[in-house]
Amino acid sequence: MVTGLAVEGLVVRFGATTAVAGVDLAVAPGEVVALLGPSGCGKSTLLRAVAGLEVPAAGTVRWDDAEVTRLPPDRRGFGLMFQDHALFPHRTVGQNVGFGLRMAGRSRAEQADGVAAALHRVGLSGFADRTVDTLSGGEAQRVALARALAPEPRLLMLDEPLGSLDRVLRDELAAELRTVLGELGLAAVHVTHDQEEAYAVADRIVVMRAGTVVRDGPAADVWGDPGSAFVARFLGHANVLAPGAAMALGLDVVTPVVVAEAALRLGEGPHRARVVDVRFRGATSRVVLDVGGVRLSLHASAPPPVGTEIPLAIDPTHVHPLAPDAAG
Amino acid sequence: MSGRRLVWVLVALVPVAFLAVFFAYPMATIIEHGLSEGSALDVVRRRSTGRLVAFTVGQAAASAGLSLLVGLPAAWAVARVDVPGRRLVRALLVVPFVLPTLVVGAALQATFERLGVDGTDGFHLERTVTAILLAHMVLNVAVVVRVVGTHWALLDPRAEEAARVLGASRRRVLREVTLPRLAPAIWSAAGIVFLFCFTSFGVILTVGGPGRPTLETEIWRYATQRTDLATATALALLQLVVVVALVAAVGGAERRAAAAALVRRPVPPRRPVTARQRLAVVAALAPAALLVLVPIGVLVERSLAVGDGYGLGHFRALGEETGTGLRVAPLAAVGTSLTYAVAATTIAVVVGGLASVVVAHRGRATGRALDVLLMVPLGTSAVTLGFGLLVALDEPPLDLRTSRVIVPIAQALVGLPFVVRSLVPALRSIDPRTREVATVLGASPARARWEVDVPLVGRTVLVGAAFAFAVSLGEFGATSFLARPDAPTVPTAMFRLLGQPGAALRGQAMALGVVLAALTVASVLVIERLRPKDALGW
Repeated sequence: MVTGLAVEGLVVRFGATTAVAGVDLAVAPGEVVALLGPSGCGKSTLLRAVAGLEVPAAGTVRWDDAEVTRLPPDRRGFGLMFQDHALFPHRTVGQNVGFGLRMAGRSRAEQADGVAAALHRVGLSGFADRTVDTLSGGEAQRVALARALAPEPRLLMLDEPLGSLDRVLRDELAAELRTVLGELGLAAVHVTHDQEEAYAVADRIVVMRAGTVVRDGPAADVWGDPGSAFVARFLGHANVLAPGAAMALGLDVVTPVVVAEAALRLGEGPHRARVVDVRFRGATSRVVLDVGGVRLSLHASAPPPVGTEIPLAIDPTHVHPLAPDAAG
Repeated sequence: MSGRRLVWVLVALVPVAFLAVFFAYPMATIIEHGLSEGSALDVVRRRSTGRLVAFTVGQAAASAGLSLLVGLPAAWAVARVDVPGRRLVRALLVVPFVLPTLVVGAALQATFERLGVDGTDGFHLERTVTAILLAHMVLNVAVVVRVVGTHWALLDPRAEEAARVLGASRRRVLREVTLPRLAPAIWSAAGIVFLFCFTSFGVILTVGGPGRPTLETEIWRYATQRTDLATATALALLQLVVVVALVAAVGGAERRAAAAALVRRPVPPRRPVTARQRLAVVAALAPAALLVLVPIGVLVERSLAVGDGYGLGHFRALGEETGTGLRVAPLAAVGTSLTYAVAATTIAVVVGGLASVVVAHRGRATGRALDVLLMVPLGTSAVTLGFGLLVALDEPPLDLRTSRVIVPIAQALVGLPFVVRSLVPALRSIDPRTREVATVLGASPARARWEVDVPLVGRTVLVGAAFAFAVSLGEFGATSFLARPDAPTVPTAMFRLLGQPGAALRGQAMALGVVLAALTVASVLVIERLRPKDALGW
């Protein structure tokens, strides 16, 4: 028996366009998965189909081996949190958070307890009587999280939940989210197009492109060995090289490669690198090098000045071959 | 007074002066006449007045309720579902909004006859309350579809989806999430429909008949047929009080509707996927569509029915002067109506345009006062208005009684609210920062308005103009007082033709109705084409 969520061969079409083109995805209880991809890749549609908000053209959605593909969204016991919160504007914070409990037919006392507990969990105790339009952006997102958590869903789905917030608030809430999800031991799918948010929240990363899953694995594995130029660039690797460029650096390969930053060591080694550009980035600076006509970039806390020549070593254990990627 | 302030005063002066001379002054005149000739209070205290008010309010409330019942499902389908030929369906459903009441009345009358429910077989709908309600539904389902549908398309559907995922059934989502958020728009639509039906004239006269009087038809009867000014005035006053109160309430609902959580662009409608969804769409659209299509279809069929067959005989007869009881050929009325409508539209756009700028941009008190003032003619009895103009403007310098100008002026007053209702939301929706950007880039305040506002609302001005045009074409209440017998408009000519016995004249009335309907429908299609997709308001 498979426990948790199991999606198999899922296809969702809108008229002539295929938004999700045959996706397999499994999420075990207690596991937090980040669904990562550029906008329009079908990740939100996949989430909505799992929630029951889209009718799939093919494929199945199961929970603990029980098929829920045709079950209406209100009978799946899943939670969903939207970008821009989608709070009910005509209800108070408490009524928003208690909505799911009321739908489940809980008693008034249970509802009140559930609301208080959920608000406490997101750090908004005492907000129950506030109206929705008095909330700041971060508070609204916390309320939306409390609303999704209150009925104790067996799976929590988050659709770009931090997308509309500024950087500082986003980092703060991502950390909180991680803590809350860890405490609850929930199965969770977190959709985002921001790789840092994905690392901050999830243990496992699933990268989507054009309606299909192109990479699925633990965050560190996916980063270390992205598998394709598309995934490498999308995850933030700066040094994705075509086979020709890789050979110019003396690497013995026939495919494109990604040179992880960990492979680059300044100040030693056989290569002669000229410093082309240095951009101050706070704690570190981004340094762009020209190595025999090939551009490489890395971060350094004490960057050499522009125009200097400096020795460079490339550690082949941090160079990974990539599948040829026509569009990458 | 600063220069800018002076400009605003001058801009505001045009609509205020227009309304003062051609609306407030005539109204004040008949009120004065009425109060001096007898006790208005006595009339109000009469038991028959109580019954009259009760029936007028009752039929208007029932009409509003029934229009909502049929209109809300259609509004959902039009707003949320991507059906083939969506624009056509939408246009079809909003056509009756501007269809002349007399045409709808005649069409329903003909439908009852065609369906055999006109009393010849015992069972009859003709001259019943049901007939009045049906006619009002035909006219006003469009209001519900338009006002509520536009709002519905702008409601963020994720609140509904969130509720679904949180365990609410479809029915509960509708009751607990959708309807509360739609409530201001629903109240606004209900208020407008109530207002229209409260002062309905052409429908009551044609479909209801003399046995089903309302305040409006009684004002007309007392003023023209019994020349009892005191009673007519007392009834007009009573009506005015209700209308002003209601207009204020509708305005409040509209403001609340605008404040509800809306998305900036309409949510793209979705194609039905399952058989159940397709069935729901058909069920939602069918009643409204039948309500519109059947009477119009019968109207066209009757206009083509000559003797035992079909032909264009009635249309050809429109060009002949003899035997109609009119002083001109019926076709001449089409020319007269078009001329009046062009003049009325010009007046309404100039006056309404200036008024809209003031309403949209001046301080709350001034803007709101003018806003309410501009809505009042919409709810005022058109009959009272026509009657007032006739009584008030009878001496120099404003002796316009026999002037041709008076008809377009009256029609412009009726069309004015439509121009303002279209323009104000459009003007308000312009991001003030775009104007600020223009100013920072070196444009004077007036120039900034010219460069930013005018291009952005240009289409909306045309929408308002098309509305005013259609309303002018179909205006009957005021025009029935003011149009000269030798220059009837299409509705007044139709009314004359309908009032005379004979199948041929009836056929001609139907043919004239088809011509009038075609002209107004053409205006609606222009409106639908020009209307920005996400426009709030009308």
